[in-house]
Amino acid sequence: MSEIHPASIEVEGLVKEFKKGPRAVDGIDLHVEPGEIYGFLGPNGAGKSTTVLMLTTLLPPDAGTARVAGYEVRENGARVRENIGAALQEAALDPHLTAREHMRLQTALHGLPKAERTKRGDDLIERVGLADAADRKVGGYSGGMRRRLDLALSLVHGPRILFLDEPTTGLDPQSRSALWEEVERLARQEGVTVFLTTQYLEEADRLARRVGIIDHGRIVAEGTPEALKAEIGESSVEAVPADPARSGDMARVLERFGDGDCPHHVDDSVGVRLKGGDTSLAEVVRALDGERIEVAHLQVHAPTLDDVFLAKTGRTLEGSQEDGGEEGEEGGERRPAPAAA
Amino acid sequence: MTSAVWTQTAELSRRSVVRTLRQPAQVVPSLTFPLFLLAINAGGLDAATAIPGFPTDSYLTFALAVPFVQSGIIAVTNSGADLATDIETGFLDRLALTPMSGAALVAGQLAGIVALGVLQALVYLGVGLAAGAGLEAGLAGAFVLLALSVVITFGFGCIGVFAAFRLGDGEAVQGLFPVLFVTLFLSSMALPRDLIEQDWFRTVATYNPVSYLIEGVRSLFIDGFDGEALALAFGCGLAIGALFLALAVTSLRTRLQRT
Repeated sequence: MSEIHPASIEVEGLVKEFKKGPRAVDGIDLHVEPGEIYGFLGPNGAGKSTTVLMLTTLLPPDAGTARVAGYEVRENGARVRENIGAALQEAALDPHLTAREHMRLQTALHGLPKAERTKRGDDLIERVGLADAADRKVGGYSGGMRRRLDLALSLVHGPRILFLDEPTTGLDPQSRSALWEEVERLARQEGVTVFLTTQYLEEADRLARRVGIIDHGRIVAEGTPEALKAEIGESSVEAVPADPARSGDMARVLERFGDGDCPHHVDDSVGVRLKGGDTSLAEVVRALDGERIEVAHLQVHAPTLDDVFLAKTGRTLEGSQEDGGEEGEEGGERRPAPAAA
Repeated sequence: MTSAVWTQTAELSRRSVVRTLRQPAQVVPSLTFPLFLLAINAGGLDAATAIPGFPTDSYLTFALAVPFVQSGIIAVTNSGADLATDIETGFLDRLALTPMSGAALVAGQLAGIVALGVLQALVYLGVGLAAGAGLEAGLAGAFVLLALSVVITFGFGCIGVFAAFRLGDGEAVQGLFPVLFVTLFLSSMALPRDLIEQDWFRTVATYNPVSYLIEGVRSLFIDGFDGEALALAFGCGLAIGALFLALAVTSLRTRLQRT
């Protein structure tokens, strides 16, 4: 077997199936290079968190292999944990403890020498900008402060690989931006490999060198954001009729300019991917005018990762979030409860 | 036990004690609720001391044993609810990602509740003596009483830890309180067993280990040092602790699925 780099992630045919329900993770393959930020993008319930739980050794896979930091997760869980840090969904903190007390506990549990614990904790608290709040109970922290402390705690033992499970969900733009900068700095300056799950397209686009898109437990696309968008090729046009009853007519007109796929509908809007780069907005407007379809809104936009998701799954990521929400949050079913006594 | 496990146990214990003492909603009812019940019983049932064969002429002294055991029952919900919260919030996952041992987790989890148990025992003893109860076993008996309180709180705390690992839900753990509270009423809480007239009640109280916990504590207040009563009380407390500790460790393995 070829040597696995100690800061990489290698996954083949990984499967997790819960008792009641479909396969949460259905045979995924992954390869994450050392020092890379890998974005794992998908809607709620797609299998992102389940994948992270398996890669962080917290949930045993049902099939397949996963090597993290050079160790197989099922056979060498303790070795894997020595090399990874993780900030899982929802910052898991004790509201009754201060940031400094969290650091004290975390450094001790990771076995740092007693003389180094306080300094390491203080350095990390300083790095994430919580020095002024270090002696306040975490229960009074904002969401952004909790996330920053969560990140700092995951770095206590100097991990080579960092798993961040939706680290910016629910954060305000300023806190989100601050966290992104820290993640970028970790990868760039310290060579930390970052496996980042997100449901935010902007986050994946901004941070990740490569993106894997997961839906219903399967990876439907993988590559650099640029390459994935280039696969889609052309821009899309999206229009909203002034009279919602005419959305069918509008779809028929737009289909003439499309690449052959059926127009997609989101609420009142009708969209289609254009077949040629030369199609101008004016031509579309003239065609709609010719059919006497009054337009409330019309725009052309360059391909995004959401377009990639749409192209691969037939749904938009935003629409899938709503579907996922109805089925229940992924986190809610990620662990089977222990069998009844 | 290796030094790493000692360090882990010490730090998790510290966290448990700090967390417990920073929750007035846990500490205040734990201290006051048993004292209210004591006041009501001591005031309303004093006439029971006139029953021939009643072991003391002070019902307060007789009933003072009850809060020490009642605090154990409260420990079930306190220790269980705290741990269930850790499971629900993902804090247990955070701990599971460290080299923490399961033994350190369980021991650390119980430390806070045992510390609260000692505080409760001191308060009950102080209030009881100030209200006129006697402590026949004297100062040495007070230390034995504290030791027995630790054993009782530990034993019931283990039930809470087991329930939390098994159920993983704070509300479900809280639901155990009324169930366990019934065991207090089906014991020799209000009358010595030999003075209970109803056969079925006397039989239930005889098989109920809570009776022996109460009688062990009570013996220190009324009789001085009664070896048999103390041995039964310590034995029952330790047996409850050992049984549910073993069950808790087994449930921990199921709950913590880390590879």
